[in-house]
Amino acid sequence: MKLFSRFMPSSGMRQVPKSVTIHAVLLAYTVIALFPIVVVVINAFKERRAIFRDPLGLPDSSSFTLVGFEQVLLRSDFGLYSWNSLIVTIVAVGLVLLLGAMSAWALTEYKFKGNLLITFLFAMGIMIPIRLGTVSILSLMVNLNLVNTLTALVLVYIAQGLPLAVYILSEFVRTIPKELTEAARCDSVSEYKIFFCVILPLLKPAMATVAVFTMIPIWNDLWFPLILAPGEETRTITLGVQQFVGQYVTDWNSVLSALTLAIVPVLILYTIFSRQLIRGLTSGAVK
Amino acid sequence: MASVKLNNIKKRFGNVDVLHGIDLDIKDGEFVVLIGESGCGKSTLLRLLSGLEDITEGDLYIDDERVNGRSPAKRGIAMVFQSYALYPHMNVFKNMAFGLKISGKDKAFVNNKVMEAAKKLKIDHLLERLPRELSGGQRQRVAIGRAIVRDPKVFLFDEPLSNLDASLRVQTRVELGKLHQELKATVVYVTHDQVEAMTLGDKIVVMNKGRVEQVGAPLDLYHHPKTQFVAGFIGSPKMNFLNAKIHHSDPENTQIMLESGRVIQASIDSSSLNKGDIVKLGLRPEHIALHCDNNTVEGTVTLIEHLGELSYLYVDIGQEGEMVLKVDGDNQHQAGDNITFGIQPNHLYLFDHQGKALTRVNAHSTASIPL
Repeated sequence: MKLFSRFMPSSGMRQVPKSVTIHAVLLAYTVIALFPIVVVVINAFKERRAIFRDPLGLPDSSSFTLVGFEQVLLRSDFGLYSWNSLIVTIVAVGLVLLLGAMSAWALTEYKFKGNLLITFLFAMGIMIPIRLGTVSILSLMVNLNLVNTLTALVLVYIAQGLPLAVYILSEFVRTIPKELTEAARCDSVSEYKIFFCVILPLLKPAMATVAVFTMIPIWNDLWFPLILAPGEETRTITLGVQQFVGQYVTDWNSVLSALTLAIVPVLILYTIFSRQLIRGLTSGAVK
Repeated sequence: MASVKLNNIKKRFGNVDVLHGIDLDIKDGEFVVLIGESGCGKSTLLRLLSGLEDITEGDLYIDDERVNGRSPAKRGIAMVFQSYALYPHMNVFKNMAFGLKISGKDKAFVNNKVMEAAKKLKIDHLLERLPRELSGGQRQRVAIGRAIVRDPKVFLFDEPLSNLDASLRVQTRVELGKLHQELKATVVYVTHDQVEAMTLGDKIVVMNKGRVEQVGAPLDLYHHPKTQFVAGFIGSPKMNFLNAKIHHSDPENTQIMLESGRVIQASIDSSSLNKGDIVKLGLRPEHIALHCDNNTVEGTVTLIEHLGELSYLYVDIGQEGEMVLKVDGDNQHQAGDNITFGIQPNHLYLFDHQGKALTRVNAHSTASIPL
């Protein structure tokens, strides 16, 4: 060992256990995070009896079945539920990004009365969970005649996502060199155009981050769809799945198949945004 | 192109007075350089001209029109920033065309303008590149091009060369000078580099602590600085200052006694002062003669810096401290040598105890390096 270590640079020797530890921790976390998803996906392709006999086994020729998917796709309104979820998620995320970027820009660039107060209120929004206000939100939606509409969900999700979006985007806006805005002002560009043509393109990587953070809780939410839009026409995918969960009997094949299918769109959206996550767009603006 | 007039311009940030009333006349087509130490308010003054900061008090006229409170665009100015401030997500063409496109000019016009400017600046082969793919010098040209295409009344430059390396700075400086002659544009240029100021400016404005210390042509400032501050700022290496007293006051031939008791003749009008008044004697490093018998000072060489065509001698002259002398590059002196050098009376500067310059009589109108 002594002989061996003489040929190894001492720093290299110390690096090896460190990187092993890091990888071990990350691997363990990945396994824990992926385990439930893998269980859901493999069991979605198995017969009911096989699910209970060996929940962790892979489907084989005797246990493989697509009955759950048939049930979900042919005998329920799965298409409608997915569509509702997709609409709500995309519209809400889109508006959170737009409004979030605009507020972040306004709050960092312009000095006006109430600036600090608004920033403070957004900070409160991060700290206080929106579900605490469910009762008043419901009564508000009833008064506005918005119960059982997707609009109600979109509005609530904007309120839910906006504070964090403003917080993250403000940090990014601060890193944009002031000279860029000033150069644009000298170029006789209006304030709106400065925002849309200069600032917004530079915020893209940050907005991708915010989009991912905002999108997943909205897609997975069961609470607000259950309370604000439980109607047949406005059910989202997470709520739709619940119809297979009975009081006495649960159609596990269908539940697992529906959940497997529900992962797909959010995976696609994530892939789109994660491409934008690549940073470094501002390099070259100023030296 | 246009003239610019500043009338008692003041700027206050909160309770802090940054500019204390600036008066300045800039003629049509003039290249004016604002120079001063960092924090003297020169960049603030430029931002007031541009409209990026509000003027607290005073009037600003561009072409006899009062433009206080107008947006930068409506003043007809274009600004080139120290950091270039190119839009990172747009290629060179779009960077230069952006302002024109926004103001609704048609495509052919914009293309023409951009191509014309790009050719002038020799960046026409870079139009498709993004700013991050350009070198510092190229970015600087794009920034200048972006200003040119808009045909502004006044160009404002905020230390445009300070991010470039030394050789590129010299090259770009020369090009800027040529460009100004070609465009005949009114330019206000901020720098802390006195070489840039001397070489580029038709007129130099020396600023100190939010006030204009002196305005004048480069050689005017060099030969007739009004204050000790200006004298120290213009010229490199810096002017030597020695503590002294008036030995004999006279309208033409003043005798000055140094701290060591040496008496020196100077062609300066000191009739306003009396014998014994405390003064500062100023002598530029280039204004000494090594082999000269009258009006001499002796000292010991402590350090030599060889620059090739000339050398700087650091000479300890005893009680008065150290002086820098600019001498011929071939001189054979070494550290530790005792030397004697002479000073022509009309090469001296004299400042009273408040730092105000006394009038020089028979001052040379051109600088020369005595060998």
